Amino acid sequence: MLLIHCPWCGPRDEIEFAYGGEAHRVRPADPSALSDAEWADFLFLRANPKGVHRERWVHAHGCRRWFNVERHTVTHEILRVYPPGAAAEPDAAVAEAQPPQASQQGVRS
Amino acid sequence: MSNYSIVSLIRNAFSHHEHWGRAWRDPAPKPAYDVVIIGGGGHGLATAYYLAKEHGITNVAVLEKGWLGGGNTGRNTTILRSNYLWDESAALYEKSLQLYEGLSQDLNYNTMVSQRGVLNLAHNLHDVRESVRRVNALRLNGIDSEWLTREQVKEFCPAINIAPDVRYPIMGGTLQRRGGTARHDAVAWGFARAASARGVDIIQNCEVTGLRRVGGKVVGVETSRGYIQAGKVGVVAAGHSSVVAGMADLRLPLESHPLQALVSEPIKPVLDCVVMSNAVHVYVSQSDKGELVIGAGIDSYNSYAQRGSFHVIEHQIGPLLELFPIFSRLRLLRHWAGIVDTCPDASPIISKTPVENLFINCGWGTGGFKATPGSGWVFAHTIARNEPHVLNAPFSLDRFTSGYLIDEHGAAAVAH
Repeated sequence: MLLIHCPWCGPRDEIEFAYGGEAHRVRPADPSALSDAEWADFLFLRANPKGVHRERWVHAHGCRRWFNVERHTVTHEILRVYPPGAAAEPDAAVAEAQPPQASQQGVRS
Repeated sequence: MSNYSIVSLIRNAFSHHEHWGRAWRDPAPKPAYDVVIIGGGGHGLATAYYLAKEHGITNVAVLEKGWLGGGNTGRNTTILRSNYLWDESAALYEKSLQLYEGLSQDLNYNTMVSQRGVLNLAHNLHDVRESVRRVNALRLNGIDSEWLTREQVKEFCPAINIAPDVRYPIMGGTLQRRGGTARHDAVAWGFARAASARGVDIIQNCEVTGLRRVGGKVVGVETSRGYIQAGKVGVVAAGHSSVVAGMADLRLPLESHPLQALVSEPIKPVLDCVVMSNAVHVYVSQSDKGELVIGAGIDSYNSYAQRGSFHVIEHQIGPLLELFPIFSRLRLLRHWAGIVDTCPDASPIISKTPVENLFINCGWGTGGFKATPGSGWVFAHTIARNEPHVLNAPFSLDRFTSGYLIDEHGAAAVAH
């Protein structure tokens, strides 16, 4: 069971959230210009890393807002929570070195 | 390797069953093989077996990072069935079920295939219509299937609660009598033993750490036990398929999730069929040891941890108790999770790849066990002939570019 820090509501149980898959996938600016292979990449191909994964969650039974989470897919440890639209950086190595609590508080303040 | 028979059983009884030979050889890896299979689960071992048996390719190694069948092969709920809606899936899974029907004889190993019947319940009018449609579709594909009314469901499975005053009352169900269960470990061990007898090297505790390429072509694998040259490489790594494919810079349309299952304490026989319900989402059968084997859906998030969240278990026990109130005082004995590689269209990928000499068999998601022999059979054909068998041609990697998806997720309306 995950304890997820919603950037707006604070730490809540996983059952309040819904998962949104890999984060930072940007819809093509000019969809009609894409080849079939580029569409396949956007629609279907995923990083699926064994390690740090940046992913979207929505606080479905709370504030109903989306946000991004950086989570380790083996330990399930949540390394960082940050608002939608924010840059993916700091990169995984930097985030791992930081205490997760500090980075979450940074987001909430 | 000695043949298992009543004679060998009696002969070994005289020595108190203390001198049975090992079931498969434990060789050190050779420097080179014609084919290297990455992943010693059921599908990988079946691939090696059929490469040797059907195609005469015996210079084969199966590399397993842990122990045989210690991944999803040993973690599933052992259900066999072929009641898939679409023609492509129906043909593939039916081939597999047919292979299962003769598997114990073929392998000379008791895989404990028990065709006790698989019942899929309908709980509302839409379920009923969809189920009847599926029965008809299956029969058109030559697969046994029948529609049972509410009363016939009760007659077939007396322990079930068909009371109308529950949240999701049972309104009938589809039955595949040829469906059932098999002993999952025995399937892995049987394929390993039979493959080994035909000359396949099964190498455990041998983790693949890299794929060596020369000019866009795979030529060998780096492993924890040294470099092994390979003519062809087949990746059958289930939840870790993305990781292994990544070693050749190949991206796959897969996401790895935990799938949890659990067993109750063993009890006397109470349930002699497999019961599945997609609407309330749980499936259950009783093992020969007497434990109820229970499963449902995946945890939502990506994971490689072989464990999931507790609320997912809660959400399968709730429906189970509505279907079978008499199970309410059972204690649970064990629960676990396997890492399943889910595909966007809930159908597998059994295919050549853009990297020459690299083949992939993955994306079985939550329903791979029932396909074990069929998967190995078509994948062996694909590797040996360098082109897919007609049964797995639709399950190619390029269907995600062509758009010819096999969308079982929405269409079959069945839990995998």
